[in-house]
Amino acid sequence: MMPPPDPGSKVAEMDPEGRPEVHRSEATSADAPAGGLRQRITGEPPTAAESEPQPEPVTAPAVQVEGLRAFYGDSMQLKGIDIEFRANEVTAIIGPSGCGKSTLIRCINRMHEEIPGARAEGRVLLEGADVYDPSVDVVAVRRAIGMVFQKPNPFPTMSVFDNVAAGLRLTARRRENLNQKVEKALRGAGLWDEVSDRLGQPGIGLSGGQQQRLCIARSLAVGPEVILMDEPCSALDPIATLRIEELIAELKQRVTIVIVTHNMQQAARVADRTAFMLSGELVEVGPTQTIFTKPADSRTEEYVTGKFG
Amino acid sequence: MSSSPRAAERTLARFAPSAARRRRDLLARRIVLVGTILALIPLVLILYYLLSKGLGAWSPSFFTSDPTGNTFFGAAKIGGIKSAILGTIEMVALAGAIAIPIGVGVAVWLVEYGRDGWFAQTVRFFTDVMTGVPSIVFGLFVYIALIVGTGSSYAAYKGSIALALLMLPIVIRAGEVVLLLVPDSLRESGLALGAPRWRVIGSVVLPTAVPGMLTGMLLAIARAAGETAPLLFTAAATHETSFNLGGFMNSLPVQIYSDVTSPTAAVVERAWGAALTLVLMILILNMVARLIARRSRLA
Repeated sequence: MMPPPDPGSKVAEMDPEGRPEVHRSEATSADAPAGGLRQRITGEPPTAAESEPQPEPVTAPAVQVEGLRAFYGDSMQLKGIDIEFRANEVTAIIGPSGCGKSTLIRCINRMHEEIPGARAEGRVLLEGADVYDPSVDVVAVRRAIGMVFQKPNPFPTMSVFDNVAAGLRLTARRRENLNQKVEKALRGAGLWDEVSDRLGQPGIGLSGGQQQRLCIARSLAVGPEVILMDEPCSALDPIATLRIEELIAELKQRVTIVIVTHNMQQAARVADRTAFMLSGELVEVGPTQTIFTKPADSRTEEYVTGKFG
Repeated sequence: MSSSPRAAERTLARFAPSAARRRRDLLARRIVLVGTILALIPLVLILYYLLSKGLGAWSPSFFTSDPTGNTFFGAAKIGGIKSAILGTIEMVALAGAIAIPIGVGVAVWLVEYGRDGWFAQTVRFFTDVMTGVPSIVFGLFVYIALIVGTGSSYAAYKGSIALALLMLPIVIRAGEVVLLLVPDSLRESGLALGAPRWRVIGSVVLPTAVPGMLTGMLLAIARAAGETAPLLFTAAATHETSFNLGGFMNSLPVQIYSDVTSPTAAVVERAWGAALTLVLMILILNMVARLIARRSRLA
C-alpha cells in the first residue's frame, strides 16, 4: 500500500511530530472543533478545550451535481456530469491527468469561473439549493464550501495565527473570540500542539506537511460544510500524507469531503466512495471497495489495475 | 564489469575540448571583457570629475545657505544650494504623492481586472509610449496647459505635476511586473475562503507585492529627482528657500543648469557641488531600493 517512510529522509527529521501515533491523534480529535456549522446552529460559545467532550457528529449537507458541463473557452472539459457526494462521507475522484477531476471540484464552489474564459452549465445542489442560481452570492458559496489546494500555499506575509485568522478577517465574519476560533481551527487540523508556541512566526516557515494542515485550518476557521481537496498530498512526503489522511477521517464527522487524488492507494485508504472519471465523463461511482475489486465498467478495471493512466 | 584505466583515459580524451574550441572560448571571453571595461570608462570618469570638482565646493555653509544671485564678488558671496535641495525634495515628494497612488491603482487594475482585455492592452500601449516621451515634452505640456492656458504664473506644484507625469509610466510598469509575480495560488486560496476579490487584493496580493513595489517607486522618484526639463518652465528658478508649493521654487537640476552657464568660476564650481549632491541623493535612494528588493519574498 503506502511506501514505507524513508528514515533518512530530511522531511522525516524535520517533522518528528508527524509520526502516526494513533493515541495522539485521538486526543487531538477530542478537542477538535465541533465545526463552525454546529456553533452557528446552536449559538453556543466554544468551551475550553480540556473540558470539551468528544464532538458529536454534525450532519453536513450532501452535494448533488446534475448535468454539469464545464468549458474553457470553446473546449468542453466536463461533458455532463451527474454525481452525488453523500453527507459526511469522503468521496474520492480518480482518473488520468486531464480527465476533469479538478475542474469538477472547482465547479462545486464556483472557483472554475475565476479562470478567464471558463464557464459552467448545469446544477450543483447544496441542501437542494443550486449554487449556480442567479440569486446566489458566489462569495457565500465559497464560505460554505471550502477548498484545499495541491500545493500548500499559506499567505507569505502572514504569521501562523494570521493565516488562520485570515479566513475570518477576509470574510468579515464576526471577530469576537478570534483567539479561540483560531485555536479551534488549528486543533481541528491537528496542528495546535506543533505550532501553539510559534503562532507569531511566518506561516511559510513550517514544514510542507504542517503548511498543508495550516491551509486546512485556514479553511476550517470559516466553518465550511463541505471541503474540497485538490490532490492535497501530492506535494507531501509519506508521513505528512498519513497525517492528512488521518485528519480527513476525523473531519468527515463534521463535513462532507470530496478529494481528488492521483494516488489510488490513497483513495482506497480514505474514501467511502470513489468516482472514476475519463475524458470529462464520469465512468462510474460506487463504494470504494467495489470500485477497486468489482468495477462495473471495464475501463475502470483497466485503470485501477494499472493497464493505463 | 570493471573498466580498465585505459578505457577511462580514452573516455576522458573523448570529453576533452578541442584546441580550436578553447581558442574560440578565450577570444569570446576577451571581447566581452573589453566591452565591459569600455562601458565602465565614462562611468568612472563621471564619478572622478564629480568628486574632484564637486568636493571643493562643499562646505557646511554650502548646504545651509541659499544662493544669493550675486555672482561678481567671489566664492564667499555667492551662497550655497539649500533652497535647491529643499525644493527638489518638496517637489519630488508632491510628484510621488500624485503619481504613486494613481500608478499603483492602474497596475492593480491592469493585473487584477483588465488582464488581457482590449482596454487593458490599450492602457499598456499608451503607458509604454509615455515611458518613451522626452521629459521636456511633459514640461512643455504642463507649461501650455497650466501656465499659458490659465494665464497664471510658474508654481512649484505645476513642476510636481510635470514630474508626476514622468513618473507615472515607470510606477505603472514596475507595479504591474511585481503584481504579476504574486502567485495565482494565493489569490485562489483567498477567493476559496469566501473573501471578496477586493479584500483578497488588499490583504493578500498587495502586502505580498509591497517590497517589490517600493523598489519601483524609489527608482521612479530617483528618476524624477534628476530631471531638469520638466521644471525649467513650470517651477522656474529662484534663490530663496520656499515652502510654498504655489510659488516659484528652486531645484537642484535647475540650479545646476543655470550655474554651469555662468562666467564666474566660483558659480560653475557650485554647479559641480550641486551635481555631486544630487548624484549622492539618488545613489542613496537606489541603494535603499536595492536593500528592500533583496528582502522581497518574490523572486
